[in-house]
Amino acid sequence: MWLPLLGLIIGIIIGIQAPSLPQAYAQYMSVAVLAAMDSVFGGIRAGMEKKFDDTIFITGFFSNVLLAAGLAYIGERVGVALYTAAIFAFGVRIFQNLAIIRRHLLKK
Amino acid sequence: MKRGQIYIAVVLMFLGMMLAVQFRTTSRMEDNFPISRAQELTVRLKDVQEERDALLGQVKDLRTKLDKAGKSGNAGEAVRDELQKARMEAGLTAVQGAGVEVTLNDSPRELQQGEDPNLYILHEEDLLKVVNELRAGGAEAISINEQRLLATSEIRCAGNTILVNTQKIVPPINILATGNPDTMKSGLEIKGGIFEQLKFWGLIAEVEKRDKVIIPAYSGPLAFTHTKPAE
Repeated sequence: MWLPLLGLIIGIIIGIQAPSLPQAYAQYMSVAVLAAMDSVFGGIRAGMEKKFDDTIFITGFFSNVLLAAGLAYIGERVGVALYTAAIFAFGVRIFQNLAIIRRHLLKK
Repeated sequence: MKRGQIYIAVVLMFLGMMLAVQFRTTSRMEDNFPISRAQELTVRLKDVQEERDALLGQVKDLRTKLDKAGKSGNAGEAVRDELQKARMEAGLTAVQGAGVEVTLNDSPRELQQGEDPNLYILHEEDLLKVVNELRAGGAEAISINEQRLLATSEIRCAGNTILVNTQKIVPPINILATGNPDTMKSGLEIKGGIFEQLKFWGLIAEVEKRDKVIIPAYSGPLAFTHTKPAE
């Protein structure tokens, strides 16, 4: 359990040190963050169900992030707020996964 | 499971990185947005002010040249008088004489909930009507808050301010006019006239006869780029 936490802390430190992002990209970043959170919760859930698969997890993470940012980009181009689709889908999934994780934790 | 933990750690690292960057970007946006906007506007204001100053300098320069041309020997006395008179009529020299002083202001009344504030403030239309009435009453020279009205002067609404000669005019508005004080005063105060309309909405409208009003010269640039004397 300590290794993921360490990763998170290292990431936050890198993020604080990193050069700041132009404001125009803030929207892409926000959906990407959501996608990443979805992957992490999904991974934790899979781990608890003993179904965790590294490849699925890693590819899922990157494809989620890229798809979310891509949707935001296309949405901006065509003038439709497509990133709301990503926000909605990931938001729902995060809460579902959280509920399942909670159940697993309580059952133990 | 050990390898899985490493992967989760890597992903969480990315997540933490993105969260931190996003957090900083958002807080910077909140902190700096009004400031950057203000800076942008300040720069523009400075530019425009510099441009205006440059133009004013140009005007002064040209006026001096014109004065010199008028004074130089070969131009006769009559031509000089004619020039002086033309300049006065064009509004390029300060003038004085008997006239009226008109004071206009927004309604001092407290606005009640749900009332339209537009009804109780002065608009450019009101100024136009007053100026029109003064001209109908024989005004020879008019100034609004130190802005001399020329034949080409505009009185227009720009957002929440009134522009005269492209300068902002804010209430209280002080209009000076030379001409026959009696006809101008009675023209403004005639029954059903402009003052009665203004006072209906509680706006302040006063007119005083004056033995001597001093009206400033026009200070902006004059450009007749499309107009030539007809042959």
